[in-house]
Amino acid sequence: MRRAEERAAYLFLTPWFAGLVFFMAVPLVWAFHASLTDEQLLRPGRLVGLANYVYMFTQDRFFYHSLYITFKWLVITIPLYLVSGLLLSLLLNQKLFGINLFRTILYIPAVLSGVAVAVLWLQLLNPDLGAVNFVLTSLGVSNPPAWMESPTWAMPGAALMGLWGVGGTAVIYLAGLQNISPHLYEAAAIDGAGELAKFRYITLPMLSPTIFFLLINAVIDSLLVFGPMFVLGGTGGPENSLLFYMIYLYRRAFVEGLMGYASALAWVLTLIGCALVFVMFRFERRFVFYEAQE
Amino acid sequence: MERTMKTELPVGVSLTRARRVVRAAVLYLMLLALSLFVLAPIGWMLTAALKPDTAPVFTYPPEWFPTRYWHWSTFTEALLDPSTPFLRYALNSGLLVVLNVVGSVLSCSIIAYPFARLRFRGRGPLFSLLIATMLLPGPVLLIPQFLLFYRIGWYNTYLPLFVPSFTGNAFFIFLLRQYMRTIPPELDEAARIDGAGYWRTFWRIILPLSTPALTVVAVFQALWTWNDFFGPLIYLSDPDKFTVALGLATMVHKVGTQWNEMMAANLVAIIPVLVLYFFAQDKLIGGIASVGLKG
Repeated sequence: MRRAEERAAYLFLTPWFAGLVFFMAVPLVWAFHASLTDEQLLRPGRLVGLANYVYMFTQDRFFYHSLYITFKWLVITIPLYLVSGLLLSLLLNQKLFGINLFRTILYIPAVLSGVAVAVLWLQLLNPDLGAVNFVLTSLGVSNPPAWMESPTWAMPGAALMGLWGVGGTAVIYLAGLQNISPHLYEAAAIDGAGELAKFRYITLPMLSPTIFFLLINAVIDSLLVFGPMFVLGGTGGPENSLLFYMIYLYRRAFVEGLMGYASALAWVLTLIGCALVFVMFRFERRFVFYEAQE
Repeated sequence: MERTMKTELPVGVSLTRARRVVRAAVLYLMLLALSLFVLAPIGWMLTAALKPDTAPVFTYPPEWFPTRYWHWSTFTEALLDPSTPFLRYALNSGLLVVLNVVGSVLSCSIIAYPFARLRFRGRGPLFSLLIATMLLPGPVLLIPQFLLFYRIGWYNTYLPLFVPSFTGNAFFIFLLRQYMRTIPPELDEAARIDGAGYWRTFWRIILPLSTPALTVVAVFQALWTWNDFFGPLIYLSDPDKFTVALGLATMVHKVGTQWNEMMAANLVAIIPVLVLYFFAQDKLIGGIASVGLKG
């Protein structure tokens, strides 16, 4: 009986094992091997040892530049989106007539494809005739930024576009907020806590697992940002101000065809991602409050 | 607040009521402003798409809502224009959506079943492995996968874009496993006593009862496949095989693109998603919530 159950279980798991081997293990090992060669798309490579990695760390200016761009994006957008998403969710959590309609509307941009959103925002951010600069001019800004045509303003423009989709973050916060027991707030009210104290001592700690989840996701997503930036800035944007890591990797792999070098880049990004996630989990206990499991 | 209303003078009553009204008014004002921020760009896009080729797409001030032109044929142009056949792209994307949804729903439910309801050696470690693969960022795998698929002759076919979905997706397997665990175990036992094997129990009992979770999987998979860009970008070279997202990105960088057609094409990409969103809103938001809460 136990034997049969076990055999059945492993039979059910076969498709998963197949995927693990063929679509994960084999490509990963292959990519590691490729990263040690000068492999190109149309020509099998020769083993070059660590030459790709050595070149990357000692001579590749663009490697450092793309890392800088990616981390700049991470540092600018993660606090921006996490805080504005939280504020939006607090607003959407109010008990008001018709609040569901507002929730529906504000979540719309989050379901749209990044490419479609970028195609739209590229027009809105048109320096001369775009809607964003019209609004800025009406508000009295005398020389509005040139957005995607300016190396300084390309990234802020992209961040503004991301802000349009912050409803996606807010919905996850909202689920967390609605999970907080109302008794906690009632008890705090009896103790004379004001709105701010309730937020600081109940909402934030109770929401910390959600914040942590969003943070991990945001970090991974920022490291991997690609599609919308590809639409906004092609393979780098003005003066490479939108040369995100994945865009650079794409450039090396599919524009120049340097698969060996691109595999090395992919491994470095994977290691950076793992290191960041590891560090965040190390700090999890200090900042995240988990309710005792019932 | 309740206490104040009972004991204090009528002046106090009207004051708190006034405060409540002001508070609601401020909240509504903020909600309206934010909704405008979300909806105005979409309205602008529709306005631009409905303009004939002769009217300027960019006007000063911008037109947020179509009042002057209702030139629907921009859509037919975008859909049928031989240089940007978006009808073709939409059908290609649709085909991929169907294949991926079928693949994901089938494989993920089959894989989730033993994790949720069978006892076998190695279940714990294997489940940890599943969670670990969930954290492994997918697009990093895309490059090595590309090398593999290129060498085995899958380049410029749809195979790399749907076959992997038949081997399951860690996130969906996790979601389905959580759901299947809530089904009472007596049901399996009863089926077993009636002589049903594991496959029949799964197919006849567990699968039908998991429909709500399967719908969440189907909706998410449909959305991801339709919106996917990186996969089609690296695997497809033949313009006849392009998907909507790839067609859009190609069109935006082409010299001499008609912007009204561009916006119409963009709406072609967006409208199916919006329709899906409005019909499956609770599934989407519920699914997201369940993921967000697992902590």
